[in-house]
Amino acid sequence: MKSEVQSSIQQHQPSSINHLLFVEDVVKVYGDKVVLADIDLAVTKGEFCTLVGPSGCGKSTLLRLILGQESPTSGRMTVEGKEILHPSPERGIVYQKYSLFPHLTILENIMLGKQLPLPFWKGISVRKEAREEAMHYLESVRLAEHAEKYPHQLSGGMQQRVAIAQALIMRPKILLMDEPFGALDPGTREAMQVLILKLWEEHGMTIFFVTHDLEEGVFLGTRILVISQHYTDERNHEGDAGRGSKIVADYPLKTTSTRVKETAEFGRLIQRIRCDGFDPEHLQDVTQFNLEHSDSFQSL
Amino acid sequence: MIKKNKTWFFGLHADPPKMFRVILAILPFVILIGVYLVASDIRHRENPQDKLLPTIAKIGKALKKVAFTEDKRTGDYLLWTDTISSLKRIVTGILLSACVGFVLGLNMGLLPGIRGLSLTFITFIANIPPLAILPILFISFGVGELGKVMLIFLGTFPLIARDIHLAVKKIPREMIVKALTLGASQFGVIYRVVYPQVLPRLIDTVRLSLGSAWLFLIASEAIAAQSGLGYRIFLVRRYLSMDVIILYVGWITFLASIADFMLRKWIAVRYPWYNP
Ligand SMILES: Nc1ncnc2c1ncn2[C@@H]1O[C@H](COP(=O)(O)OP(=O)(O)OP(=O)(O)O)[C@@H](O)[C@H]1O
Ligand SMILES: [Mg+2]
Repeated sequence: MKSEVQSSIQQHQPSSINHLLFVEDVVKVYGDKVVLADIDLAVTKGEFCTLVGPSGCGKSTLLRLILGQESPTSGRMTVEGKEILHPSPERGIVYQKYSLFPHLTILENIMLGKQLPLPFWKGISVRKEAREEAMHYLESVRLAEHAEKYPHQLSGGMQQRVAIAQALIMRPKILLMDEPFGALDPGTREAMQVLILKLWEEHGMTIFFVTHDLEEGVFLGTRILVISQHYTDERNHEGDAGRGSKIVADYPLKTTSTRVKETAEFGRLIQRIRCDGFDPEHLQDVTQFNLEHSDSFQSL
Repeated sequence: MIKKNKTWFFGLHADPPKMFRVILAILPFVILIGVYLVASDIRHRENPQDKLLPTIAKIGKALKKVAFTEDKRTGDYLLWTDTISSLKRIVTGILLSACVGFVLGLNMGLLPGIRGLSLTFITFIANIPPLAILPILFISFGVGELGKVMLIFLGTFPLIARDIHLAVKKIPREMIVKALTLGASQFGVIYRVVYPQVLPRLIDTVRLSLGSAWLFLIASEAIAAQSGLGYRIFLVRRYLSMDVIILYVGWITFLASIADFMLRKWIAVRYPWYNP
Protein backbone atom coordinates (compact mmCIF):
# COMPACT_ATOMS: atom_id res chain seq x y z
CA MET A 1 0.00 0.00 0.00
CA LYS A 2 2.64 2.44 1.14
CA SER A 3 4.97 1.59 -1.74
CA GLU A 4 2.14 2.06 -4.22
CA VAL A 5 1.71 5.63 -3.06
CA GLN A 6 5.46 6.13 -3.24
CA SER A 7 5.69 4.89 -6.81
CA SER A 8 2.77 7.01 -7.96
CA ILE A 9 4.54 10.02 -6.53
CA GLN A 10 7.55 9.17 -8.64
CA GLN A 11 5.50 8.76 -11.81
CA HIS A 12 3.61 11.93 -11.17
CA GLN A 13 6.29 14.38 -10.18
CA PRO A 14 4.20 17.37 -9.08
CA SER A 15 4.85 20.10 -11.59
CA SER A 16 3.12 22.92 -13.37
CA ILE A 17 2.87 20.70 -16.47
CA ASN A 18 1.27 17.60 -14.93
CA HIS A 19 -1.25 19.46 -12.82
CA LEU A 20 -4.11 21.78 -13.52
CA LEU A 21 -3.32 23.96 -10.54
CA PHE A 22 0.19 24.22 -9.20
CA VAL A 23 1.21 26.30 -6.21
CA GLU A 24 4.79 26.33 -4.95
CA ASP A 25 6.43 28.08 -1.97
CA VAL A 26 3.61 30.60 -1.73
CA VAL A 27 3.84 33.06 1.15
CA LYS A 28 1.33 35.80 1.92
CA VAL A 29 2.11 38.58 4.36
CA TYR A 30 -0.24 41.38 5.40
CA GLY A 31 1.70 44.20 7.04
CA ASP A 32 3.98 42.27 9.40
CA LYS A 33 1.56 39.37 9.85
CA VAL A 34 2.46 36.18 8.00
CA VAL A 35 -0.86 34.58 7.01
CA LEU A 36 0.30 31.83 4.70
CA ALA A 37 3.74 30.30 5.20
CA ASP A 38 5.11 28.32 2.31
CA ILE A 39 2.09 26.63 0.73
CA ASP A 40 2.81 23.81 -1.74
CA LEU A 41 -0.12 22.39 -3.62
CA ALA A 42 -0.81 20.52 -6.82
CA VAL A 43 -4.32 19.68 -8.01
CA THR A 44 -5.22 17.25 -10.79
CA LYS A 45 -8.04 17.90 -13.24
CA GLY A 46 -11.42 16.60 -12.07
CA GLU A 47 -10.59 16.71 -8.38
CA PHE A 48 -13.08 18.04 -5.83
CA CYS A 49 -10.75 19.63 -3.27
CA THR A 50 -12.14 20.83 -0.01
CA LEU A 51 -10.15 23.17 2.19
CA VAL A 52 -10.81 23.33 5.93
CA GLY A 53 -9.06 25.01 8.82
CA PRO A 54 -9.63 27.10 11.93
CA SER A 55 -11.25 30.51 11.54
CA GLY A 56 -8.83 33.19 10.43
CA CYS A 57 -6.14 30.73 9.30
CA GLY A 58 -6.11 32.08 5.75
CA LYS A 59 -8.51 29.89 3.75
CA SER A 60 -10.12 32.83 2.00
CA THR A 61 -6.69 34.37 1.50
CA LEU A 62 -5.44 31.28 -0.35
CA LEU A 63 -8.59 31.30 -2.47
CA ARG A 64 -8.12 34.97 -3.34
CA LEU A 65 -4.56 34.20 -4.41
CA ILE A 66 -5.66 31.36 -6.68
CA LEU A 67 -8.37 33.60 -8.08
CA GLY A 68 -5.84 36.32 -8.86
CA GLN A 69 -7.70 38.90 -6.80
CA GLU A 70 -4.48 39.40 -4.82
CA SER A 71 -0.92 38.38 -5.56
CA PRO A 72 1.32 36.33 -3.27
CA THR A 73 4.17 38.01 -1.39
CA SER A 74 6.44 35.35 -2.85
CA GLY A 75 6.07 32.02 -4.60
CA ARG A 76 4.70 30.68 -7.84
CA MET A 77 1.14 29.86 -8.90
CA THR A 78 0.11 28.46 -12.28
CA VAL A 79 -3.01 27.10 -13.96
CA GLU A 80 -2.18 24.74 -16.82
CA GLY A 81 1.35 26.07 -16.74
CA LYS A 82 0.30 29.69 -17.12
CA GLU A 83 1.04 32.09 -14.30
CA ILE A 84 -1.94 33.52 -12.41
CA LEU A 85 -1.97 37.29 -12.84
CA HIS A 86 -5.52 38.67 -12.68
CA PRO A 87 -9.00 37.25 -12.22
CA SER A 88 -10.00 35.64 -15.51
CA PRO A 89 -12.80 33.48 -16.95
CA GLU A 90 -10.78 30.27 -16.59
CA ARG A 91 -11.21 30.48 -12.81
CA GLY A 92 -14.83 30.86 -11.66
CA ILE A 93 -15.81 32.04 -8.20
CA VAL A 94 -18.84 31.66 -5.95
CA TYR A 95 -18.66 33.77 -2.82
CA GLN A 96 -20.83 33.47 0.27
CA LYS A 97 -22.49 36.71 -0.83
CA TYR A 98 -22.06 39.50 -3.41
CA SER A 99 -21.89 36.97 -6.23
CA LEU A 100 -25.00 38.28 -7.95
CA PHE A 101 -25.53 41.67 -9.52
CA PRO A 102 -28.53 43.28 -7.83
CA HIS A 103 -29.51 45.38 -10.87
CA LEU A 104 -29.96 42.41 -13.19
CA THR A 105 -32.69 39.79 -13.25
CA ILE A 106 -31.79 36.18 -12.51
CA LEU A 107 -31.65 35.31 -16.20
CA GLU A 108 -29.58 38.38 -17.04
CA ASN A 109 -27.18 37.52 -14.22
CA ILE A 110 -26.54 34.13 -15.78
CA MET A 111 -26.40 35.46 -19.36
CA LEU A 112 -23.84 38.05 -18.37
CA GLY A 113 -20.91 35.67 -18.81
CA LYS A 114 -21.96 35.04 -22.41
CA GLN A 115 -22.18 38.75 -23.23
CA LEU A 116 -19.46 40.45 -21.18
CA PRO A 117 -16.50 39.00 -23.10
CA LEU A 118 -17.91 40.37 -26.37
CA PRO A 119 -17.92 43.98 -27.53
CA PHE A 120 -21.20 45.71 -26.74
CA TRP A 121 -22.83 45.40 -30.18
CA LYS A 122 -21.97 41.71 -30.51
CA GLY A 123 -23.29 41.18 -26.98
CA ILE A 124 -26.68 42.29 -28.24
CA SER A 125 -26.63 40.07 -31.33
CA VAL A 126 -25.94 36.89 -29.33
CA ARG A 127 -28.68 37.75 -26.85
CA LYS A 128 -31.10 35.11 -28.04
CA GLU A 129 -28.64 32.20 -27.90
CA ALA A 130 -27.30 33.47 -24.59
CA ARG A 131 -30.84 33.47 -23.21
CA GLU A 132 -31.42 29.89 -24.27
CA GLU A 133 -28.15 28.68 -22.82
CA ALA A 134 -28.78 30.61 -19.60
CA MET A 135 -32.25 29.06 -19.35
CA HIS A 136 -30.67 25.64 -19.68
CA TYR A 137 -28.31 26.33 -16.77
CA LEU A 138 -31.14 27.85 -14.77
CA GLU A 139 -33.10 24.63 -15.26
CA SER A 140 -30.14 22.59 -14.08
CA VAL A 141 -30.31 24.43 -10.75
CA ARG A 142 -34.13 24.12 -10.84
CA LEU A 143 -34.95 27.82 -10.87
CA ALA A 144 -36.44 28.26 -14.34
CA GLU A 145 -39.66 29.79 -13.03
CA HIS A 146 -37.74 32.60 -11.30
CA ALA A 147 -35.93 33.81 -14.42
CA GLU A 148 -37.45 37.28 -14.46
CA LYS A 149 -37.08 38.06 -10.74
CA TYR A 150 -34.37 40.17 -9.15
CA PRO A 151 -31.87 38.60 -6.73
CA HIS A 152 -33.36 40.29 -3.65
CA GLN A 153 -36.64 38.49 -4.35
CA LEU A 154 -35.03 35.05 -3.88
CA SER A 155 -34.05 33.22 -0.69
CA GLY A 156 -30.39 32.78 0.24
CA GLY A 157 -30.29 29.20 -1.04
CA MET A 158 -31.85 30.15 -4.37
CA GLN A 159 -29.40 33.02 -4.76
CA GLN A 160 -26.48 30.63 -4.27
CA ARG A 161 -27.94 28.29 -6.88
CA VAL A 162 -28.08 31.21 -9.31
CA ALA A 163 -24.49 32.11 -8.43
CA ILE A 164 -23.42 28.55 -9.23
CA ALA A 165 -25.22 28.59 -12.58
CA GLN A 166 -23.70 32.00 -13.29
CA ALA A 167 -20.20 30.61 -12.74
CA LEU A 168 -20.89 27.31 -14.59
CA ILE A 169 -21.94 28.94 -17.85
CA MET A 170 -18.32 30.09 -18.26
CA ARG A 171 -17.17 26.44 -18.11
CA PRO A 172 -14.21 27.44 -15.93
CA LYS A 173 -11.16 25.20 -15.72
CA ILE A 174 -11.46 25.40 -11.99
CA LEU A 175 -14.38 26.56 -9.88
CA LEU A 176 -13.49 28.26 -6.60
CA MET A 177 -16.08 28.44 -3.83
CA ASP A 178 -15.65 30.32 -0.54
CA GLU A 179 -18.09 29.00 2.05
CA PRO A 180 -20.87 29.13 -0.53
CA PHE A 181 -23.37 27.39 1.75
CA GLY A 182 -22.19 29.02 4.98
CA ALA A 183 -25.30 31.12 5.48
CA LEU A 184 -27.87 28.41 4.69
CA ASP A 185 -30.02 26.35 7.05
CA PRO A 186 -29.08 22.66 7.46
CA GLY A 187 -31.83 21.31 5.18
CA THR A 188 -31.11 23.68 2.29
CA ARG A 189 -27.43 23.12 2.84
CA GLU A 190 -27.69 19.38 2.38
CA ALA A 191 -29.77 19.81 -0.78
CA MET A 192 -27.13 22.20 -2.13
CA GLN A 193 -24.36 19.71 -1.34
CA VAL A 194 -26.15 17.02 -3.32
CA LEU A 195 -26.72 19.48 -6.18
CA ILE A 196 -23.12 20.58 -6.41
CA LEU A 197 -21.93 16.95 -6.42
CA LYS A 198 -24.35 16.22 -9.26
CA LEU A 199 -23.16 19.22 -11.28
CA TRP A 200 -19.54 18.33 -10.58
CA GLU A 201 -20.10 14.85 -12.03
CA GLU A 202 -22.12 16.04 -15.01
CA HIS A 203 -19.67 18.72 -16.06
CA GLY A 204 -16.48 16.90 -15.07
CA MET A 205 -15.36 20.02 -13.22
CA THR A 206 -12.45 20.74 -10.96
CA ILE A 207 -13.65 22.37 -7.75
CA PHE A 208 -11.76 24.08 -4.95
CA PHE A 209 -14.16 24.45 -2.06
CA VAL A 210 -13.48 26.36 1.16
CA THR A 211 -15.61 25.54 4.19
CA HIS A 212 -15.28 25.78 7.95
CA ASP A 213 -17.64 22.82 8.33
CA LEU A 214 -15.61 19.60 8.60
CA GLU A 215 -18.57 17.36 7.84
CA GLU A 216 -19.24 19.29 4.67
CA GLY A 217 -15.59 19.12 3.68
CA VAL A 218 -15.31 15.37 4.23
CA PHE A 219 -18.66 14.64 2.61
CA LEU A 220 -18.11 16.66 -0.57
CA GLY A 221 -14.45 16.25 -1.37
CA THR A 222 -12.41 13.67 -3.21
CA ARG A 223 -9.49 15.25 -1.43
CA ILE A 224 -9.37 17.23 1.78
CA LEU A 225 -6.74 19.82 2.62
CA VAL A 226 -6.35 21.05 6.19
CA ILE A 227 -4.52 24.31 6.70
CA SER A 228 -3.60 25.52 10.14
CA GLN A 229 -1.19 27.65 12.11
CA HIS A 230 -1.01 25.01 14.87
CA TYR A 231 2.26 23.18 14.20
CA THR A 232 5.90 23.24 15.28
CA ASP A 233 9.06 23.52 13.31
CA GLU A 234 12.03 21.55 14.63
CA ARG A 235 14.45 23.69 12.71
CA ASN A 236 13.18 26.98 14.08
CA HIS A 237 11.34 27.26 17.40
CA GLU A 238 11.35 31.03 17.75
CA GLY A 239 8.40 31.79 15.50
CA ASP A 240 6.05 29.26 17.14
CA ALA A 241 3.58 31.87 18.32
CA GLY A 242 3.04 34.04 15.25
CA ARG A 243 3.72 31.72 12.35
CA GLY A 244 1.69 31.53 9.20
CA SER A 245 -0.52 28.64 8.18
CA LYS A 246 0.64 25.59 6.28
CA ILE A 247 -1.11 22.59 4.80
CA VAL A 248 -0.94 20.25 7.80
CA ALA A 249 -2.93 17.36 6.34
CA ASP A 250 -3.92 16.23 2.88
CA TYR A 251 -5.96 13.02 2.40
CA PRO A 252 -7.77 11.42 -0.48
CA LEU A 253 -11.45 10.79 0.33
CA LYS A 254 -13.94 8.28 -0.97
CA THR A 255 -17.51 9.11 -0.11
CA THR A 256 -20.48 8.77 -2.36
CA SER A 257 -23.84 8.72 -0.57
CA THR A 258 -25.48 11.01 1.95
CA ARG A 259 -25.81 8.00 4.28
CA VAL A 260 -22.06 8.01 4.76
CA LYS A 261 -22.39 10.81 7.30
CA GLU A 262 -23.76 8.33 9.84
CA THR A 263 -20.95 5.78 9.55
CA ALA A 264 -18.28 5.34 12.19
CA GLU A 265 -15.49 5.78 9.69
CA PHE A 266 -16.79 9.22 8.77
CA GLY A 267 -16.80 10.20 12.45
CA ARG A 268 -13.25 8.91 12.99
CA LEU A 269 -11.96 10.84 9.99
CA ILE A 270 -13.50 14.05 11.29
CA GLN A 271 -11.95 13.44 14.69
CA ARG A 272 -8.59 12.98 13.08
CA ILE A 273 -8.85 16.18 11.06
CA ARG A 274 -9.98 18.10 14.11
CA CYS A 275 -6.91 16.83 15.95
CA ASP A 276 -4.55 17.58 13.03
CA GLY A 277 -5.67 21.08 12.28
CA PHE A 278 -7.93 22.57 14.91
CA ASP A 279 -6.43 21.59 18.26
CA PRO A 280 -3.93 24.21 19.49
CA GLU A 281 -2.65 21.67 22.08
CA HIS A 282 -1.85 19.01 19.54
CA LEU A 283 1.16 20.23 17.56
CA GLN A 284 2.85 18.19 14.88
CA ASP A 285 6.19 18.99 13.44
CA VAL A 286 6.41 20.12 9.82
CA THR A 287 8.18 16.89 8.95
CA GLN A 288 5.33 14.76 10.28
CA PHE A 289 2.24 16.10 8.54
CA ASN A 290 -0.22 13.52 7.16
CA LEU A 291 0.27 14.29 3.50
CA GLU A 292 -1.16 11.04 2.15
CA HIS A 293 -2.61 12.29 -1.11
CA SER A 294 -0.62 11.23 -4.13
CA ASP A 295 -0.38 14.79 -5.46
CA SER A 296 0.89 16.10 -2.19
CA PHE A 297 4.40 17.50 -1.94
CA GLN A 298 6.34 19.63 0.47
CA SER A 299 9.44 21.66 -0.15
CA LEU A 300 11.04 22.15 3.23
CA MET B 1 -59.28 35.30 19.30
CA ILE B 2 -55.95 36.79 20.32
CA LYS B 3 -56.35 40.29 21.57
CA LYS B 4 -53.98 42.51 19.66
CA ASN B 5 -52.46 44.92 22.07
CA LYS B 6 -51.73 47.61 19.54
CA THR B 7 -52.49 51.31 19.67
CA TRP B 8 -53.29 53.43 16.66
CA PHE B 9 -50.85 56.19 17.45
CA PHE B 10 -48.71 55.96 20.58
CA GLY B 11 -45.64 53.82 21.13
CA LEU B 12 -43.14 51.82 19.12
CA HIS B 13 -45.70 49.20 18.20
CA ALA B 14 -48.40 51.56 17.00
CA ASP B 15 -50.15 50.27 13.91
CA PRO B 16 -52.52 52.86 12.43
CA PRO B 17 -55.17 51.42 10.08
CA LYS B 18 -55.00 52.56 6.48
CA MET B 19 -57.76 55.18 6.63
CA PHE B 20 -56.31 56.57 9.82
CA ARG B 21 -52.90 56.95 8.13
CA VAL B 22 -54.47 59.12 5.44
CA ILE B 23 -56.20 61.22 8.09
CA LEU B 24 -52.90 61.55 9.97
CA ALA B 25 -51.13 62.72 6.83
CA ILE B 26 -53.79 65.34 6.06
CA LEU B 27 -54.20 66.58 9.63
CA PRO B 28 -51.20 68.98 9.80
CA PHE B 29 -52.33 70.68 6.59
CA VAL B 30 -55.84 71.13 7.95
CA ILE B 31 -54.45 72.60 11.18
CA LEU B 32 -52.13 74.98 9.31
CA ILE B 33 -54.92 76.27 7.06
CA GLY B 34 -57.32 76.48 10.01
CA VAL B 35 -54.89 78.52 12.11
CA TYR B 36 -54.24 80.81 9.16
CA LEU B 37 -57.94 81.39 8.50
CA VAL B 38 -58.68 82.15 12.13
CA ALA B 39 -55.71 84.52 12.45
CA SER B 40 -56.58 86.22 9.17
CA ASP B 41 -60.18 86.59 10.28
CA ILE B 42 -59.17 88.14 13.60
CA ARG B 43 -56.90 90.68 11.91
CA HIS B 44 -59.52 91.58 9.32
CA ARG B 45 -62.09 92.22 12.03
CA GLU B 46 -59.74 94.75 13.58
CA ASN B 47 -58.67 96.25 10.24
CA PRO B 48 -60.47 95.33 6.98
CA GLN B 49 -57.49 96.72 5.00
CA ASP B 50 -55.03 94.29 6.63
CA LYS B 51 -52.23 93.29 4.24
CA LEU B 52 -50.31 90.83 6.38
CA LEU B 53 -52.71 87.88 6.35
CA PRO B 54 -54.93 88.22 3.27
CA THR B 55 -58.18 86.27 3.18
CA ILE B 56 -58.75 83.34 0.85
CA ALA B 57 -60.91 85.58 -1.31
CA LYS B 58 -58.04 88.05 -1.74
CA ILE B 59 -55.62 85.29 -2.66
CA GLY B 60 -58.17 84.01 -5.15
CA LYS B 61 -58.38 87.44 -6.71
CA ALA B 62 -54.59 87.60 -6.93
CA LEU B 63 -54.58 84.20 -8.61
CA LYS B 64 -57.05 85.41 -11.20
CA LYS B 65 -54.92 88.46 -11.82
CA VAL B 66 -51.52 86.78 -12.23
CA ALA B 67 -52.57 83.53 -13.86
CA PHE B 68 -55.59 84.28 -16.03
CA THR B 69 -55.34 87.97 -16.94
CA GLU B 70 -52.88 89.53 -19.37
CA ASP B 71 -50.47 91.89 -17.73
CA LYS B 72 -51.26 95.44 -18.82
CA ARG B 73 -47.67 96.38 -19.37
CA THR B 74 -46.25 93.28 -21.08
CA GLY B 75 -49.34 91.41 -22.27
CA ASP B 76 -48.11 88.21 -20.58
CA TYR B 77 -49.78 85.90 -18.12
CA LEU B 78 -47.31 86.61 -15.31
CA LEU B 79 -47.49 83.32 -13.35
CA TRP B 80 -46.83 81.23 -16.44
CA THR B 81 -44.00 83.33 -17.87
CA ASP B 82 -42.40 83.45 -14.42
CA THR B 83 -42.76 79.70 -14.04
CA ILE B 84 -41.26 78.99 -17.45
CA SER B 85 -38.23 81.22 -16.98
CA SER B 86 -37.58 79.80 -13.51
CA LEU B 87 -37.97 76.19 -14.63
CA LYS B 88 -35.59 76.78 -17.55
CA ARG B 89 -32.92 78.01 -15.16
CA ILE B 90 -33.31 75.32 -12.52
CA VAL B 91 -33.59 72.46 -15.02
CA THR B 92 -30.52 73.61 -16.97
CA GLY B 93 -28.54 74.10 -13.76
CA ILE B 94 -29.45 70.78 -12.20
CA LEU B 95 -29.00 68.80 -15.44
CA LEU B 96 -25.57 70.31 -15.84
CA SER B 97 -24.56 69.48 -12.30
CA ALA B 98 -26.07 65.97 -12.58
CA CYS B 99 -23.99 65.23 -15.69
CA VAL B 100 -20.77 66.74 -14.38
CA GLY B 101 -21.28 65.30 -10.89
CA PHE B 102 -22.01 61.83 -12.27
CA VAL B 103 -19.02 61.68 -14.59
CA LEU B 104 -16.72 63.13 -11.95
CA GLY B 105 -18.06 60.87 -9.20
CA LEU B 106 -17.76 57.74 -11.35
CA ASN B 107 -14.20 58.61 -12.26
CA MET B 108 -13.25 59.43 -8.68
CA GLY B 109 -14.73 56.15 -7.48
CA LEU B 110 -13.09 54.01 -10.15
CA LEU B 111 -9.77 55.60 -11.00
CA PRO B 112 -7.31 56.18 -8.16
CA GLY B 113 -5.48 58.71 -10.33
CA ILE B 114 -8.51 60.92 -10.87
CA ARG B 115 -9.49 60.49 -7.21
CA GLY B 116 -6.06 61.72 -6.12
CA LEU B 117 -6.38 64.66 -8.44
CA SER B 118 -9.85 65.86 -7.59
CA LEU B 119 -11.21 64.56 -4.28
CA THR B 120 -9.50 67.10 -2.03
CA PHE B 121 -10.28 69.89 -4.45
CA ILE B 122 -13.97 68.99 -4.72
CA THR B 123 -14.23 68.73 -0.94
CA PHE B 124 -12.72 72.19 -0.74
CA ILE B 125 -15.04 73.60 -3.40
CA ALA B 126 -18.01 72.09 -1.61
CA ASN B 127 -17.21 74.22 1.43
CA ILE B 128 -17.45 77.52 -0.43
CA PRO B 129 -20.81 79.05 0.48
CA PRO B 130 -22.26 79.50 -3.02
CA LEU B 131 -24.27 82.59 -2.13
CA ALA B 132 -21.11 84.32 -0.94
CA ILE B 133 -19.60 84.09 -4.41
CA LEU B 134 -22.81 85.18 -6.14
CA PRO B 135 -21.37 88.67 -6.81
CA ILE B 136 -18.32 87.06 -8.39
CA LEU B 137 -20.56 84.92 -10.59
CA PHE B 138 -22.64 87.91 -11.65
CA ILE B 139 -19.52 89.88 -12.45
CA SER B 140 -17.86 87.10 -14.40
CA PHE B 141 -20.87 85.45 -16.08
CA GLY B 142 -23.14 88.47 -16.25
CA VAL B 143 -26.50 89.04 -14.61
CA GLY B 144 -28.27 87.14 -17.41
CA GLU B 145 -29.20 83.46 -17.49
CA LEU B 146 -25.64 82.18 -17.32
CA GLY B 147 -24.87 83.68 -13.92
CA LYS B 148 -27.97 82.08 -12.39
CA VAL B 149 -27.36 78.68 -13.97
CA MET B 150 -23.76 78.78 -12.78
CA LEU B 151 -24.88 79.49 -9.22
CA ILE B 152 -27.20 76.47 -9.25
CA PHE B 153 -24.50 74.36 -10.87
CA LEU B 154 -21.71 75.36 -8.51
CA GLY B 155 -23.98 75.01 -5.52
CA THR B 156 -25.09 71.47 -6.28
CA PHE B 157 -22.49 69.54 -8.31
CA PRO B 158 -19.87 68.98 -5.54
CA LEU B 159 -22.41 67.15 -3.42
CA ILE B 160 -23.58 65.03 -6.34
CA ALA B 161 -20.00 64.17 -7.31
CA ARG B 162 -19.10 63.18 -3.76
CA ASP B 163 -22.23 61.13 -3.30
CA ILE B 164 -21.69 59.22 -6.55
CA HIS B 165 -18.07 58.68 -5.52
CA LEU B 166 -19.23 57.11 -2.26
CA ALA B 167 -21.81 54.96 -4.07
CA VAL B 168 -19.15 53.64 -6.44
CA LYS B 169 -16.78 52.88 -3.58
CA LYS B 170 -19.52 50.99 -1.76
CA ILE B 171 -19.78 48.43 -4.57
CA PRO B 172 -18.04 45.40 -3.04
CA ARG B 173 -14.67 44.43 -4.50
CA GLU B 174 -16.06 40.89 -4.85
CA MET B 175 -18.57 42.10 -7.40
CA ILE B 176 -15.89 43.66 -9.59
CA VAL B 177 -13.76 40.50 -9.35
CA LYS B 178 -16.82 38.43 -10.19
CA ALA B 179 -17.38 40.47 -13.34
CA LEU B 180 -13.75 39.93 -14.34
CA THR B 181 -14.16 36.15 -13.93
CA LEU B 182 -17.17 36.43 -16.25
CA GLY B 183 -14.90 37.80 -18.92
CA ALA B 184 -15.49 41.53 -18.50
CA SER B 185 -12.94 44.03 -19.75
CA GLN B 186 -12.26 47.13 -17.63
CA PHE B 187 -14.70 48.96 -19.88
CA GLY B 188 -17.29 46.20 -19.37
CA VAL B 189 -16.93 46.44 -15.60
CA ILE B 190 -17.71 50.15 -15.78
CA TYR B 191 -20.57 50.00 -18.26
CA ARG B 192 -22.28 46.77 -17.24
CA VAL B 193 -21.65 46.62 -13.51
CA VAL B 194 -20.79 49.98 -11.96
CA TYR B 195 -22.63 52.52 -14.08
CA PRO B 196 -26.09 50.87 -13.99
CA GLN B 197 -25.82 50.33 -10.26
CA VAL B 198 -25.19 53.99 -9.42
CA LEU B 199 -27.67 55.43 -11.91
CA PRO B 200 -30.67 55.32 -9.52
CA ARG B 201 -28.45 56.76 -6.81
CA LEU B 202 -27.85 59.73 -9.14
CA ILE B 203 -31.59 60.30 -9.46
CA ASP B 204 -31.91 60.11 -5.70
CA THR B 205 -29.10 62.60 -5.14
CA VAL B 206 -30.53 64.99 -7.71
CA ARG B 207 -33.86 64.72 -5.90
CA LEU B 208 -32.25 65.75 -2.63
CA SER B 209 -30.19 68.49 -4.30
CA LEU B 210 -33.29 70.09 -5.76
CA GLY B 211 -33.98 71.73 -2.39
CA SER B 212 -30.78 73.76 -2.51
CA ALA B 213 -31.19 74.33 -6.24
CA TRP B 214 -34.47 76.15 -5.54
CA LEU B 215 -32.74 78.21 -2.86
CA PHE B 216 -30.03 79.33 -5.28
CA LEU B 217 -32.57 80.00 -8.01
CA ILE B 218 -34.74 82.26 -5.86
CA ALA B 219 -31.72 84.05 -4.41
CA SER B 220 -30.22 84.84 -7.81
CA GLU B 221 -33.60 85.92 -9.20
CA ALA B 222 -34.19 88.16 -6.22
CA ILE B 223 -31.01 90.07 -6.95
CA ALA B 224 -31.10 90.49 -10.73
CA ALA B 225 -33.76 89.30 -13.15
CA GLN B 226 -36.55 90.45 -15.47
CA SER B 227 -38.82 87.51 -14.78
CA GLY B 228 -39.02 84.40 -12.62
CA LEU B 229 -40.85 83.21 -9.55
CA GLY B 230 -38.25 84.60 -7.16
CA TYR B 231 -38.09 87.88 -9.06
CA ARG B 232 -41.87 88.35 -8.74
CA ILE B 233 -41.92 87.60 -5.03
CA PHE B 234 -39.24 90.19 -4.31
CA LEU B 235 -40.84 92.69 -6.68
CA VAL B 236 -44.30 92.64 -5.10
CA ARG B 237 -42.76 92.70 -1.61
CA ARG B 238 -42.37 96.45 -2.18
CA TYR B 239 -46.16 96.83 -2.30
CA LEU B 240 -46.67 94.42 0.62
CA SER B 241 -48.68 92.15 -1.70
CA MET B 242 -48.86 89.23 0.66
CA ASP B 243 -51.61 87.69 -1.46
CA VAL B 244 -49.28 87.29 -4.46
CA ILE B 245 -46.36 86.21 -2.29
CA ILE B 246 -48.38 83.50 -0.57
CA LEU B 247 -49.69 82.35 -3.92
CA TYR B 248 -46.20 82.12 -5.42
CA VAL B 249 -44.77 80.37 -2.39
CA GLY B 250 -47.57 77.81 -2.57
CA TRP B 251 -46.96 77.33 -6.28
CA ILE B 252 -43.20 76.85 -5.85
CA THR B 253 -43.81 74.34 -3.07
CA PHE B 254 -46.24 72.51 -5.31
CA LEU B 255 -43.77 72.38 -8.21
CA ALA B 256 -41.00 71.16 -5.92
CA SER B 257 -43.23 68.45 -4.45
CA ILE B 258 -44.28 67.27 -7.91
CA ALA B 259 -40.64 67.06 -9.02
CA ASP B 260 -39.73 65.11 -5.90
CA PHE B 261 -42.67 62.75 -6.36
CA MET B 262 -41.91 62.11 -10.02
CA LEU B 263 -38.24 61.36 -9.38
CA ARG B 264 -39.21 58.93 -6.62
CA LYS B 265 -41.73 57.24 -8.91
CA TRP B 266 -39.17 57.06 -11.68
CA ILE B 267 -36.80 55.16 -9.42
CA ALA B 268 -39.53 52.86 -8.12
CA VAL B 269 -40.80 51.94 -11.60
CA ARG B 270 -37.56 51.85 -13.53
CA TYR B 271 -35.24 50.47 -10.83
CA PRO B 272 -37.35 48.15 -8.66
CA TRP B 273 -34.20 46.54 -7.23
CA TYR B 274 -32.88 49.82 -5.82
CA ASN B 275 -35.12 50.12 -2.75
CA PRO B 276 -36.24 46.54 -2.18
N1 LIG C 1 -6.66 42.63 3.40
C1 LIG C 1 -6.15 42.22 4.58
N2 LIG C 1 -5.33 43.03 5.29
C2 LIG C 1 -4.80 42.62 6.45
N3 LIG C 1 -5.04 41.43 7.02
C3 LIG C 1 -5.83 40.57 6.37
C4 LIG C 1 -6.44 40.92 5.12
N4 LIG C 1 -7.20 39.88 4.72
C5 LIG C 1 -7.07 38.94 5.66
N5 LIG C 1 -6.27 39.33 6.65
C6 LIG C 1 -5.88 38.53 7.83
O1 LIG C 1 -5.48 37.29 7.34
C7 LIG C 1 -5.93 36.25 8.20
C8 LIG C 1 -6.65 35.20 7.39
O2 LIG C 1 -7.85 35.71 6.88
P1 LIG C 1 -8.84 34.84 6.00
O3 LIG C 1 -10.03 35.67 5.70
O4 LIG C 1 -8.10 34.25 4.87
O5 LIG C 1 -9.23 33.69 7.02
P2 LIG C 1 -10.24 32.49 6.82
O6 LIG C 1 -9.48 31.25 7.05
O7 LIG C 1 -10.95 32.61 5.54
O8 LIG C 1 -11.22 32.70 8.02
P3 LIG C 1 -12.79 32.41 8.12
O9 LIG C 1 -12.93 30.94 8.34
O10 LIG C 1 -13.21 33.17 9.30
O11 LIG C 1 -13.41 32.87 6.84
C9 LIG C 1 -6.79 36.90 9.25
O12 LIG C 1 -6.05 36.96 10.44
C10 LIG C 1 -7.05 38.28 8.75
O13 LIG C 1 -7.05 39.18 9.81
MG1 LIG D 1 -12.98 33.09 4.94
